[in-house]
Amino acid sequence: MTDQTILGEQLKSKFGDAFISETRDFDFSVYEFNKDDIKEVITYLKNKEGFIYLTTLCGAHFPDNDPSREFSMMYQLHNLVTNARIRLKAFMPKDDMNMKTIVDIFDAANWMEREAFDFYGFNFEGHPKMERILNMEEMNYHPLRKEYPLEDMGRDDKDDKFFGR
Amino acid sequence: MTDDFVKEEKKEYTTLNLGPTHPATHGIFQNILTMDGEIIVDAVPTIGYIHRAFEKLAERRPYNQITPITDRLNYCSSPINNMGWHMTVEKLIGCEIPKRAEYMRVIIMELSRIADHIVCDTVIAVDTGALTGFLYFFQMRELIYEIFEAICGSRLTTNIGRIGGMEREFPQEAWLKLDKFMIEFPKFHAEFGALVNRNRIFMDRTINCGPISADRALAYSFSGPNLRASGVDYDVRVAKPYSSYQDFDFNIPIGKAGDVYDRYMVRFDEMMESYKIIRQAIDKMPTGNFHADLPEFYLPPKEDVYNKMEALIYHFKIVMGETDVPKGEVYHSVEAGNGELGYYLISDGGRNPFRLHFRRPCFIFYQAYTEMIKGRMLSDAILTLSSLNVIAGELDA
Repeated sequence: MTDQTILGEQLKSKFGDAFISETRDFDFSVYEFNKDDIKEVITYLKNKEGFIYLTTLCGAHFPDNDPSREFSMMYQLHNLVTNARIRLKAFMPKDDMNMKTIVDIFDAANWMEREAFDFYGFNFEGHPKMERILNMEEMNYHPLRKEYPLEDMGRDDKDDKFFGR
Repeated sequence: MTDDFVKEEKKEYTTLNLGPTHPATHGIFQNILTMDGEIIVDAVPTIGYIHRAFEKLAERRPYNQITPITDRLNYCSSPINNMGWHMTVEKLIGCEIPKRAEYMRVIIMELSRIADHIVCDTVIAVDTGALTGFLYFFQMRELIYEIFEAICGSRLTTNIGRIGGMEREFPQEAWLKLDKFMIEFPKFHAEFGALVNRNRIFMDRTINCGPISADRALAYSFSGPNLRASGVDYDVRVAKPYSSYQDFDFNIPIGKAGDVYDRYMVRFDEMMESYKIIRQAIDKMPTGNFHADLPEFYLPPKEDVYNKMEALIYHFKIVMGETDVPKGEVYHSVEAGNGELGYYLISDGGRNPFRLHFRRPCFIFYQAYTEMIKGRMLSDAILTLSSLNVIAGELDA
């Protein structure tokens, strides 16, 4: 726990303006950064702080947020020696979903970034193959965005007056 | 004629479509291979053939209805997936699970790990031509499935346990079958090992086949037995103990070269470690309740539903999926059969998750497959695939 607080201070002093906030969610320290600087942060964490393992990365869509923070990208890194785990976050507006790829830092990010592109439409600059991965290539929308409801709410064969669905 | 061949300098590669449905790939994987004779020059994997949009589905489902979705991730060890999901929600709502429930979970999880490793190991043997061990060792897997059947009523997609504990005590039949398993498993394990482990043909076939170094494995975020085969002793059960794993004494088998033989051996040894954990869990099984006092999530006894107002209300709310959870973001991971299975859950306080992301180990380490088979024979590619134990359900989610 103390180590993570020190790490937060370090990141704050090193990345100054790019560092936006630090919170703690359950057992994770969460650091929010400016989206354009997050690649530098990850490079620094990998080379200097020993976070050599990329656990996962994924996007999320918050349509009710402020338009400048509508989409979020999350990275989880793991330091296998000290067994510390951290989460990095970046928020961005809908019309600027360009991120720098981290495939050159972690090979594992390749398909994960493609998945984020497939489902949310993030564009990773410098990615070797920015194509859909799980959905078919002809698909022209990004299905995990919140504007695509899973089930047609207008179906009247499922109308349920009593339970309010 | 022969002279013409010698003069021909321009090489022409063959394109070979391996999959999507090929009996040797054990699942729906397509690899478009560029072949130079029998050597693989390049491979382009295509995935997504059984993509079922679980992350989207989960956004419309109440928490207890997501458990059956997790069954279908790695269907060789569904109980681990179920438990992982329950523990994620328990972490979010911040509830303490009684020791007895945790020990029961450990027994079930380790049984399913054994079942998962039996599938992988015997199939490696089958792919090298040893069918006997497969037919023989699958009797143990059948016994494990019978235990699951006695505990929860289903075998493959189990939906076992509930948020807050187990749905009921183990019935007498399950304990009897478990005793039978505890007596018979070491014999079957040893005999399968005697058949395969030091078999000359098997060793020649698997040693130095599809190796991956520790550095590369870490770069590709390998986890589970595949990472340990490369010599990195990372196990979520030890790194971040969940469900009382800190109470048990067990080793983490590791390999060295990260080839098919090491992956096979790591899984083979891990089965015995799992067996040791089950033994300890049975011996130390605490008394107490088998579920937490969590009326908003845990279905009340049927008798109370008919006779008590509160129980009826809770029953109704749970069945209709109208239970709200606190806001928050939580990540929980368990050591599944193939590695670190993580659930990243964003809750906005409603009845269903705002966002649920599965960290599927197969999806992440299957990326390395191209690198592992380049410059190797086609038959080694098949063996590498089965030794990675890539499960299509988990790969495509």
